[in-house]
Amino acid sequence: MSVGPAAAPTGLVELTIDGQTVQVPEGSALLQACRARGVATPTVCYAENLTPVNVCRVCVVEVEGSRALVPACSRPVERGMVVHTDSERVRHSRRMVLELLASATDLSLAPEVEEHLRRYGGRPERFGPAAPPTPGADHRHTQAGHHRPTDGSTAATVTQPTLIDNELYVRDYSRCVLCYKCVEACGVDAQNTFAIAVAGRGFEARISTEFGLPLPDSACVYCGNCIGVCPTGALMFRSEHEMRRNGTWDETRQQRTDTICPYCGVGCTLTLHVQDGRIVKVSSPPEHDVAGGHLCIKGRFGWEFVQVLEDPAPASDR
Amino acid sequence: MDIHLSATEASPIERAAVDAALGPRDTRPPPRDRLLPALWAVQSRVGHIGEGALSYICERLDVPPAEAYSVASFYALFSLDPSAGQPLVAHVCDDIACRAAGAEQICARLETALGPPGTPTSDGRATWRRASCLGQCDRAPAALVMAAGSQPIERALAPVDPPALQTALRDGALSPATDAETATLPRIGGASLRLLRRVGRIDPTSLDDYRAHGGYEALRRAVRLGPDGVIREVVDAKLVGRGGAAFPTGRKWEAVAHAAARPHYLVCNADESEPGMFKDRVLMEHDPFAIIEAMTIAGYATGCEQGYVYVRGEYPLAFSRLRNAVAQAQAKGLLGDDVLGRGFRFDIEPRRGAGAYVCGEETALFSSIEGYRGEPRNRPPFPTQSGLFGRPTAVNNVETLVNVLEILREGGPAFAAIGTRDSTGTKLFCVSGRVDRPGVYEVPFGTTLRALLDLAGGLPAGRTLRAVLLGGAAGSVIPPEQVDMPLTFEAARARGVALGSGAVIVFDDTVDLRRILLRVAAFFRDESCGQCVPCRIGTVRQEELLERLVSGRPHSSVRDELALLADIGRAMRDASICGLGQTASTAVESAVRELKLFADGGDT
Repeated sequence: MSVGPAAAPTGLVELTIDGQTVQVPEGSALLQACRARGVATPTVCYAENLTPVNVCRVCVVEVEGSRALVPACSRPVERGMVVHTDSERVRHSRRMVLELLASATDLSLAPEVEEHLRRYGGRPERFGPAAPPTPGADHRHTQAGHHRPTDGSTAATVTQPTLIDNELYVRDYSRCVLCYKCVEACGVDAQNTFAIAVAGRGFEARISTEFGLPLPDSACVYCGNCIGVCPTGALMFRSEHEMRRNGTWDETRQQRTDTICPYCGVGCTLTLHVQDGRIVKVSSPPEHDVAGGHLCIKGRFGWEFVQVLEDPAPASDR
Repeated sequence: MDIHLSATEASPIERAAVDAALGPRDTRPPPRDRLLPALWAVQSRVGHIGEGALSYICERLDVPPAEAYSVASFYALFSLDPSAGQPLVAHVCDDIACRAAGAEQICARLETALGPPGTPTSDGRATWRRASCLGQCDRAPAALVMAAGSQPIERALAPVDPPALQTALRDGALSPATDAETATLPRIGGASLRLLRRVGRIDPTSLDDYRAHGGYEALRRAVRLGPDGVIREVVDAKLVGRGGAAFPTGRKWEAVAHAAARPHYLVCNADESEPGMFKDRVLMEHDPFAIIEAMTIAGYATGCEQGYVYVRGEYPLAFSRLRNAVAQAQAKGLLGDDVLGRGFRFDIEPRRGAGAYVCGEETALFSSIEGYRGEPRNRPPFPTQSGLFGRPTAVNNVETLVNVLEILREGGPAFAAIGTRDSTGTKLFCVSGRVDRPGVYEVPFGTTLRALLDLAGGLPAGRTLRAVLLGGAAGSVIPPEQVDMPLTFEAARARGVALGSGAVIVFDDTVDLRRILLRVAAFFRDESCGQCVPCRIGTVRQEELLERLVSGRPHSSVRDELALLADIGRAMRDASICGLGQTASTAVESAVRELKLFADGGDT
């Protein structure tokens, strides 16, 4: 967040971060203060265009006088706060949180999270080999309460079959870190559709429609804003999913071109991801002030008419 | 809101149940906080919450089905899978105290007779499940049997008679509780009882009897003192919260009374879910009017016109007694628009949880009342600034509130003279496990743990003490050489432990402490809300690691495993959102430290 003249006239709050004084506007979160100070602070569940939910706990910092660590993304600054962002205590919790995530989740399409893990020296293999998927387990209907017994020889994961139930996007919850971003984007932060929410409890908590119904039977309107905010590739354009499966997805051969959505008068910015002369997916820059990174079904998916698919996607590969 | 409803229709029975809970249709939908009562209405009528019923609730409340499902699937007492939604379910406790009383043998017997937990009986009308602590530890081993229907029956069977339970499951029928059963009394210690003065001596269903035993004298005195005067007495009494956090009650009340935002809310936290705790249940079942009177005083002092008492779902008798007490108080003008004819308004709505330990965390409790998932919130803001419905809220434990009656009866300074300088008054301790007379004991602060164990009759003859788990699953292990510790907040703090809410679970040499620790670890895994990473995954890794240690199959060396256990515990303590994650490793770590359970190959 920039501390420009527009913010300066009313209350600036002075605090100390890692021994250096910093002034930020009243009401800022510690994360903004850290960033204003140039302190690199890792985040997973935080996004500029969503309400902070402070659930991943990767951004925790030490505030003097506070018993537990506090999440930088949502804790408002207070006058005279003394904050440590790189103490041994902070590094320990950040490393553990990242290790725990990596031990339970497929992060292979989450390069930023993997980068954080390297930075903090995480070794998720400390928890043992990943558990194989439980045969017959239905992740969609786990009853809250007692879990299946474990013998501890392997580390439980969220591995489960990829859900492919519509033509536009797929849900691979083996990659889900439960950052709540898709729920927020589907709900009050963008789309107000409320097709998905976090269901279940504890390690069995999962993103779900009611009763795990397929998306076409749910309230989903296919705006794709959940895909736009997903940090781990758990939600993905079907086009990208199939190219990856066929081994043809190659970001080094992709160009990104910004344009304005042609469908209506709002004027959302579209970023076209183009590989070999074909659009392979569409995103929208979160800093763009018209749509804040969010689109509708037309902008997100309505581009196929500009190209002829050589090998149309199969109707279903469920 | 333009919500998308399911194509599946609710049955007429389901619709009638929902309508009975929500009232007739109006131009505007009922508020979101009616969601949990509506879900309960369906669960108790048909034994599960199906797609059609959920959809109908959503239609009535204007709540998106995905959200209603996310709420319903949060709670262990709701069943959302029609194939597992038998009308009669036995929730069999396999938690700490019941485990020490042979719960595993009961589960093994049920498994042989009926199949694994969740298997329907041959006629499909009943099933059994394992449950976390049911708060019946003084009568362990326990089960809670719930029979859905037009006249739902919910009964705690404690101690469980396995053949009778099997018969009930086989017949898919349950008889209503007998008088003898509901009259089962806690064991109480000491001649000069204060908080327990009426327990077992009055008819808990009769307002007249309560009044005949001094009931509502405290409220009259409160009204004479005025709100500030009441708070002054509570401050002078140096009363601190009995729910575990030991926060000064007077300061909390002052903060709410002076909060500018309106309305203010009062919440009585009766979600007593800590394994080993049952004192609040005893108070609610046997002296419910005391809680209603104390809440009225608290509401008067803090400027609240509406109070909620949130009772854990596993306490059906306590809930019905409170509901009865509220109805009688309303009928007699002791709740409502003009309390005591003194011109102040205060009313109470009892709410029922549905099986989630985390909802005892005050901010999770607010979310649960509001009709959202019981997920704790970050602080600040604190409840006194922004609590229930985002308004200034005073939230107090049942026992804390009942203490207020004593304070008004004798005055703050006299109250403060009991106990020690920093721990005033008396405390209810729940003694369970391997003692002769498990039960609720009321003793002044400063009584030693040894004296408390003696009050409970000591250990069974010929047995030796191995450890005491003080504070329940979230508490600490006290080794035998430390049982002379005085039970005060300051003495506990000095030892790096916490009294918590007062659970004292006793283990002798017949109990496999490593199995108990595994149960504690499994409990936290099951009860984590799943919101934050350190707790959601940390509790899983903690349990897996303990399994490896107990079975003698560490990944590397025992030493490395213990270092990893400490690493996990530290991150949960430092980085979790709420007290659940922050204390999920306390018992395990203290047992490893104090009892050296896994040193050099382990010893039990």
